[in-house]
Amino acid sequence: MKYTEEHEWLRADGDVYVVGITEHATTQLGDLVFVELPEVGATVSKDDEIVVIESVKAASDIMAPVDGAITEVNTALADDPSLANSDPLGEGWFFKIKPSDPSQFDGLMDEAAYNALIG
Amino acid sequence: MSDLKQTPLHALHVSLGGKMVPFAGYDLPVQYSLGVMKEHIHTRTKAGLFDVSHMGQVIVHGPSYEAAATGLETLIPVNILGLGVGRQRYGFFTNEDGGIEDDLMLANRGDHVFVVVNAACKAADIAHMREALEPEVTVTEITNRALLALQGPAAEPVLSVLDPRAAQMRFMDVATLNLDGVEVWASRSGYTGEDGYEISVPADAAERIAKKLLDHPDVEAIGLGARDSLRLEAGLCLYGHDIDETTTPVEADLAWVIQKVRRAGDERAGGFPGAERILCQLDSTITQKRVGLLPAGRAPMREGISLFETEDAPDPIGTITSGGFGPTVGAPVAMGYVGADNATPGNTLYGELRGKRLPLTVTKMPFTPANFKR
Repeated sequence: MKYTEEHEWLRADGDVYVVGITEHATTQLGDLVFVELPEVGATVSKDDEIVVIESVKAASDIMAPVDGAITEVNTALADDPSLANSDPLGEGWFFKIKPSDPSQFDGLMDEAAYNALIG
Repeated sequence: MSDLKQTPLHALHVSLGGKMVPFAGYDLPVQYSLGVMKEHIHTRTKAGLFDVSHMGQVIVHGPSYEAAATGLETLIPVNILGLGVGRQRYGFFTNEDGGIEDDLMLANRGDHVFVVVNAACKAADIAHMREALEPEVTVTEITNRALLALQGPAAEPVLSVLDPRAAQMRFMDVATLNLDGVEVWASRSGYTGEDGYEISVPADAAERIAKKLLDHPDVEAIGLGARDSLRLEAGLCLYGHDIDETTTPVEADLAWVIQKVRRAGDERAGGFPGAERILCQLDSTITQKRVGLLPAGRAPMREGISLFETEDAPDPIGTITSGGFGPTVGAPVAMGYVGADNATPGNTLYGELRGKRLPLTVTKMPFTPANFKR
C-alpha cells in the first residue's frame, strides 16, 4: 500500500492501482454525501482534480496521484457515498488507474511514513 | 485562538469527544463521535441535547410587564403587549430600512420579558435596547446561566422524568421547572422543527443537569453541524445568512411574525423602525423573496451559489443563502432569495456549481414536517 500527502491510498491490483482515501481523511471530512467520479478511459495527469467529494461540511477535490488512464470507477460509491466512511480501504474505493510513469511511485509514502505524517 | 469564550459545558464537550471549533466567539462542538449525519437522525427519531449557552439571555424589566412590553414594541414589530403570561413568541429587531438587525425569542414571564438573542448580535442588541428604552425599564444580560436545548420526539418523556409538568406545556409555553432540585426556565420550543424544550439553567448546575439528561438512553449530545442541518430542513432562518440587515421580514417570508395588531389600520400599527417600508410591503409586491430549493441531483448546493432562470441566462436572479445535505430528506436542500416572479413553488431554476448549471425546484418549506406539540 502507498499513500499520498493528500490522504489517498493506492493498492496494486495487477497492472492497475486501486485508489481511495484514508480513514484519517474520512474522519476529518465527516460524513460524505456526494461523490463525482471521473470518466472511465480519461487520461489524467498527477495533481489533476479528478474527483469532487462533498461531506456534510464542505466540498473538496481528490487529485490524480500519478499520471495514467482511469480504467474503472466505483459506481456503488457514487450511489452511496457513505461507503467511504464505513469502509474507506475496501468498498469505499474511488477509481482504478493504469499508471503511465511507474517512476512516480518513488514519490509516494509507505505506511510508516504516512502514519508519521498524520501523527 | 486564546480569546475564545467557553460555555459552562465546555469541559463536558471535551470529555464527550466533541470536535471543538470557534463559533460566534465561543469554543463549541461542531460534532461528537457519532458525526453530523447520525446526530441529525438521532434528534429526529429520539432526542438530542444541544449547548446553546453562547446565545444571549436578557431580562427586560420595567415597573410592570406592560411597561417593558410597550418599550420593546418600539423596536420589534410583534404583539408583545398581548402575549399571555407563560407564553413565548418569535420576533426580530428591525432597522430604519426595514431590514432585520437580529432575530430573537420573547417570553412573558409574569413581571418581565425574557429575551433570547443570537450570540454574535447580543452586545449590539443590548446596547440597542438600553438606548431606546425608557430609564425605568432595565435591560440585564444574564451571564450566570447556561442554555440547553433538548429536541426530538423523546424530549417530553425524558424531561418529564425529572419534572412531570414538562408534559403539560404546549408549543411556545414557558414555565419554571425543577430539575433535580434546580430551578430552570423552560420553554417548549427549539430550532430543529421537532418538539422539544429550551432550558435556561444556573451555570453551576448546568453540567450536572446535562449529564442527567444524557444518562437517558434516548439522549445523545448534538453539535453545531447537526443543529444547522436540522434547522435548514425545518426551513428556519440563520441570522447573518438567510436574514440580515438588508432583508425585510416580508422578503424573508416572515410576515406571519407581525401580528395584525401591529399592521396598518390596526390598534398599534407601526411604531417600530422601518415600519413604513415593512407595512407597505405587506400590502404590495416585493422584488425578492426567500424560498426553499430542492436541487435535482445529489450534489449539495451551498451558500453563495448564484441562481439563474435558464441554463444559459446571462444574469442571476437570485442566490442561495443556506444549503447542504438534508439527512432526513436524504437529498440536498437549500434556501435562498429569488426574484418574486420566480418564487412560485414548482418553478425550476438553475444553480451554477463548479461551472455547470444544475436544476433545482422552488419548494415550500419545511422540507421535513414540523413536529410541534401545539
